[in-house]
Amino acid sequence: MNALLEVIDLKAHFPPRTLPFGKGLPVKAVDGVSFRIGRGETLGLVGESGCGKTTVARAVLRLTEVTAGEVRLDGQRIDNLKPGALRPLRRRIQVVFQDPYASLNPRLTVRDIIAEPILNFALAQTPDEIDTRIATLLDKVRLPRDSAGRRPHEFSGGQRQRIGIARALAAQPDLIVCDEAVSALDVSVKAQIVNLLADLQRELGLALLFISHDLAIVEHIAQCVAVMYLGRIVEMGPTRNVFAAPKHPYTRALLSAVPVAEPGSTRTRIILSGEPPGASNPPTGCRFHTRCPSVFERCRADEPRLRQTESGRLVACHLNEMVTSDVSPPPPRAAVR
Amino acid sequence: MLLAVENLHVHFRTADGVLRAVDGVSLQVDEGQTLAIVGESGSGKSVTANSILRLIAEPPGRIAGVIRWRGADLLALSQRQVRKIRGGEIGVIFQEPTTSLNPVLSIGHQLVETLRLHERLDRAAAERRAVELLASVGLPEPQRRIGDYPHLLSGGMQQRVMIALALAGSPKLLIADEPTAALDVTIQAQILELLRDFRRRTGAALLLITHDMGVVAEAAARVIVMYAGRKVEEASTKNLFRTPRHPYTRALLGAVPRLGAGTRRLAEINGAAPSLLQRGTGCAFASRCTSATEICRRVTPPLEAKAPGHVAACHHAAKEMVAA
Repeated sequence: MNALLEVIDLKAHFPPRTLPFGKGLPVKAVDGVSFRIGRGETLGLVGESGCGKTTVARAVLRLTEVTAGEVRLDGQRIDNLKPGALRPLRRRIQVVFQDPYASLNPRLTVRDIIAEPILNFALAQTPDEIDTRIATLLDKVRLPRDSAGRRPHEFSGGQRQRIGIARALAAQPDLIVCDEAVSALDVSVKAQIVNLLADLQRELGLALLFISHDLAIVEHIAQCVAVMYLGRIVEMGPTRNVFAAPKHPYTRALLSAVPVAEPGSTRTRIILSGEPPGASNPPTGCRFHTRCPSVFERCRADEPRLRQTESGRLVACHLNEMVTSDVSPPPPRAAVR
Repeated sequence: MLLAVENLHVHFRTADGVLRAVDGVSLQVDEGQTLAIVGESGSGKSVTANSILRLIAEPPGRIAGVIRWRGADLLALSQRQVRKIRGGEIGVIFQEPTTSLNPVLSIGHQLVETLRLHERLDRAAAERRAVELLASVGLPEPQRRIGDYPHLLSGGMQQRVMIALALAGSPKLLIADEPTAALDVTIQAQILELLRDFRRRTGAALLLITHDMGVVAEAAARVIVMYAGRKVEEASTKNLFRTPRHPYTRALLGAVPRLGAGTRRLAEINGAAPSLLQRGTGCAFASRCTSATEICRRVTPPLEAKAPGHVAACHHAAKEMVAA
C-alpha cells in the first residue's frame, strides 16, 4: 500500500550569502531526509532550532524549493509540479502555523478567513452552503458560531489557533502540517488545542506532520517520531519505543534534558557540551560527533547510515551497529550529574 | 530577611481603563533561598519581578505596597540609589538576551562597565575579571571573544553573557525572568546547571519567574502560583507538587504534558484567564473551576494556611493543620 505522504532523500539547500570577500557556503538546512506518513497517522518531527524541521515542513508544503529528492502524495510526485498542476493538490495538504497572531489576516473577519479555502477550491457554491460549512467548522473547533462576524484581535491566542485549525480543515485536507502549532500557547490552553487536534484527527481520519521542539507534546499526539539533528534524521520509530529506550546518543541527551515536573526526581541527566555546529559546514563523519558523549574514532571519519535495528526502528549511529555485531562499545565519557 | 514584598499592587492606566496587573501580592526571600513564581501569561509574575527591580514606568504604572531590600524601603529610593542595587546586590537575567544586551557595545565593554560601576575596579582589573567571569559561565575562548558584539553569539551564548553580567556585581539575589524560555532544551539544561553551580559557589538567593512547572521542580525549593494578578498558592515545591491545594494549581499540574505518560489525554482547563481590566467579585478562577460553588462567585477567597508552610486562596481547599 502506498503511504499518503512519502519523502525520499529530501534535500533543501539555500544559496550562500554574498560576503564582502567572496562567497559563503550554502546552508544545507535539510540534507537527505526520508520518511512516510500513512493515512490517519501522525508523525512527530522533533529537534532543536536550526535542525531543519521547519524546512522539511516548508518543502512538503512547497513553500521552499526542493534541491534534490522527492515528495510524493499518494504516490504522485509533487516536488516538481508546475504551479497549475500543483493547485488541486495544495487542497490536500494544509498547515497550521506557530504564531496565531501573525498567521491570520487582521483585516478579515473569521468568516472571510475560513471561507477563503472553501472558495479557492470551489468546495461550496451558494452563500448558504458556505455559511453552513463555516458553522460546522466552528462547531468542530469548538468556537461559538457568532465568532464568524468577528476579527482575529477579538480572540485570545488559543481561540486564534482554533480559527487557524478551522481554516486548515475548510479545505478538507488529508494531511495537516502543524509547525509548532501549540508552542506559543500557555499550558492550560495548550492542552485544549492538543486534545482538539487529537480528536479531529480521529474523527476525520487526518494525517498530521507534527513539528515541535516539545518532546512531551509529541509523545502525547504522535504514534511515530523522527528526531532530527543538523539536517538529518538520526532516529525514527514508534514514539513509545523511541522515548522509552532511545538508541541514538542525541535522542538520549534530548530526552534527558527535558525538565521533569517532579521535585527531587533522581533521573540522570546527560548535559551536552557545546552547541550544534552550523548547517553550512557540518562536521565530517557523524554530524553529532562534536557533542556526543560516546564519540570514538570511527565517528569522526565515517558518517553512520540510518539502519533498521528492530521492526520499524531506524538509528544512525555506529554504536548501534557495534551492539548488533556483538562488539562492546567504548564506555561513554560520562557527562552525567 | 533579604527581600520582603508586602501587599504589592501594580496598576496600569490604559485607554480601556485601569489594568490590575498585580493585586495584593506578598512574598519573602531569605538569604540563600530559591523561590519560583509560576503562572501563565498575564498572571502578573513578570510585573512583580519588574516592580522589585523598579523597572515599572510611572506613569502609566502605579505601584503601591512595600518592598524591602535588606531592611531598606526600595520604593522610597531614588532611581540613582536603585541603580546601585540593581545590577549589584540584585542581579538580573531576562528572557531575551538579544534585547537585553546592548547591540552596539562589545560584551567586554558591557562587563567592564558593570564591574567598574558596582565593584569599583580600575580598567585593567575589570578587564581581567571580565575574562574570568566569561570563563566561569562557560564561554569558550573568553580572551578572544571579549571583543565580540552580541549579534556574533548564539542565543545560548548570549544568555551566558547575561549571566556573567548579573554575576559581575556579586549579587546576593539573582532575579531570573524566564531565563531559559527562549532556549532549546539541551541549552536550557546547560543554563540551569550553570545557575545551580553559581548558587553553590556563592550562596546567592534566586527569585525565578517561569511558566514551566518542570523548571520550577528542578530549580526552586519554594514556589508561588499566581493567577490573574494574585497569589493563589504558596508552598515548598515538594508539597505543592505532591498535594496542590488550589484547584488552579491542580489543573495546571494536570495539563502539563509529561514525558513517559504515553498518549494519555491531557487534562484541560476550560476557558481562558479573565481580563485584568474588570475585576469582578469572587474568585478569579471561579468561571473555569470545576469545584466552584455560589460562594466562589460572590466572595474573594482569602489566602489561608492550609497546612504548615502551605497557603492557598480557595474556599474549598481542605485544611490540615498538624501541630508542629
